Amino acid sequence: MNSGFGRAWLAFGYAFLYIPIATLIAFSFNASKMVTLWGGFSLHWYHEIVHDSELIDGFVTSLKIALMTATASIVFGTLAAFALVRYRDFFGRTLFIAHINAPLVVPEVITGLSLLLFFVACERLFGIFTERGIVTIWIGHTSICTCYAAVVIQSRLLTMDKSLEEAAMNLGCRPLQVFMLVTLPLIVQSLVSAWLLTFTISLDDVVTSSFLNGPGVKTLPIVIFARARLGLNPTVNAVATLSVAVVSIGVLTGSLWMARNERRRAQEQAAAYREGMLETRA
Amino acid sequence: MRASTPNWLQGWGRRAVIGLPFLFLVLFFSAPFLVVLRISVSEAVGVRFMDLLSWDDGTLTLRLKFANYLFLTTDPVYILTYLRSIGFASLNTVICLAIGYPFAYFMARSPAAWRPALVMLVSLPFWTSYLLRVYAWKGLLDDDGVVNNLLLWLHVIDAPVRMMHTAFSMMVGMVYTYLPFMILPVYANLVKMDLLLLEAAADLGSTPFRTFWLVTVPLSVPGIVAGSMLVLIPSIGEYVIPELLGGTSTYMIGQVLWDEFFKNIDWSMASAVAVSMVVLILIPLAVFNHYQTRGAGRGSGA
Repeated sequence: MNSGFGRAWLAFGYAFLYIPIATLIAFSFNASKMVTLWGGFSLHWYHEIVHDSELIDGFVTSLKIALMTATASIVFGTLAAFALVRYRDFFGRTLFIAHINAPLVVPEVITGLSLLLFFVACERLFGIFTERGIVTIWIGHTSICTCYAAVVIQSRLLTMDKSLEEAAMNLGCRPLQVFMLVTLPLIVQSLVSAWLLTFTISLDDVVTSSFLNGPGVKTLPIVIFARARLGLNPTVNAVATLSVAVVSIGVLTGSLWMARNERRRAQEQAAAYREGMLETRA
Repeated sequence: MRASTPNWLQGWGRRAVIGLPFLFLVLFFSAPFLVVLRISVSEAVGVRFMDLLSWDDGTLTLRLKFANYLFLTTDPVYILTYLRSIGFASLNTVICLAIGYPFAYFMARSPAAWRPALVMLVSLPFWTSYLLRVYAWKGLLDDDGVVNNLLLWLHVIDAPVRMMHTAFSMMVGMVYTYLPFMILPVYANLVKMDLLLLEAAADLGSTPFRTFWLVTVPLSVPGIVAGSMLVLIPSIGEYVIPELLGGTSTYMIGQVLWDEFFKNIDWSMASAVAVSMVVLILIPLAVFNHYQTRGAGRGSGA
């Protein structure tokens, strides 16, 4: 149905999106120290990474923060999504909605600055948050990521068939059982998406972390940003290649898993339907 | 329907479901902003701030210092940077729309079997680090970067063209980063469009081009507006892209805040910049909201 022009437009668009990533990967295998001139194939920069303690430490720090952030975000995000979808009227609902949406539009420089000044004020007034590092960065990331998680989970809750929960309740399930046995399996896919999304946001964040980190605490993006600012650096290319590889594998397995789940659910539904038909006939 | 909500979700459970995330966000999102607001108007002695209210010899004094804001409005550097940020962000939105709209249109008109893969290919770069993707353009646009080398090799140019640290390199980085944010909402809108409407227009003698302008584009306005907001708002406060790819001619407001804080260590000035940035971002949001409520009103009226 597309004309040649349409196909050409799509091809150029995808080229624009992927050529930078492709060159980034290509030059990570470059033997030359020059990031832009090809000097033959080599794994030199990958060897460098292994011995680069700043990068390794940064990665471990980032990983810890991202795991904690993603987990906390889907807990708060699920609660917030339930509050938004299930309780149509409660005191301060408008304010609540504003709190869910605002972190999505407020620039990170502001979120970072305000949280840091808040922590400093807390330190002076109450003597808490005296040490800045993983915990403060985690709080900062969670306050942003909760909102992303809430949006993702909310859209799933909105399309969920509530009659399934009602049926379970009518059949005598206790509320907690309803949630664990009916609601949770129905929304688990959105929880996984939200977890992965918030994990990547946290793992990638540089601005908020720069405001909230303490002396000696460097996340991987902070290390990369410092190097990228100074100029081109082949180790950064190698890190990029590794992250692209991990992400591609992750996204591929994730979508295969989701497709399988979808198929299985469809089969189960069809089976349940067939059984129901047989019973009514018998 | 609400009667079916379980009882435990009405009492303490309900309070916890609403209260926990609310409390967290109030504590770590809005309370910090109030601290910024306070610091932006308080007298600073070094990095210590005087109390706004003080009780001296039986008189209560409220000390508010608006010097920071006054400075913001009198020093042309700040105003210029504000205008520049809005200008670059708007330009970014226009370019993203010009590239992204046809892109989304052709995606939506592709065979249905291809569409999931096409969507996935647009969203895949999201999952890779944004910082690294911006950095990639440094290698492409540098003086001895890939693009210059290619053009030299093809004899299109005789000497390397300066592209890095210019408005051009920054705009390339901006468009590259924000293009998917435009494509996806526009695509979501176009793919749902009832193709019978286009057939009807064709049956009534409209040319494809006319149908496109008079039927497709007006129907896709909600997608265009959503995409434009997703591009415009975050690009106003962008820090990483101008810092890595821009130069002195592209100094943006996010960088002003960063430099006031990290380089000048002027916390109250940084706070004043933050407060005025929020105001700056609220304006397009208010316009958007106004537009949305008007659109909803018109929709229900029809």
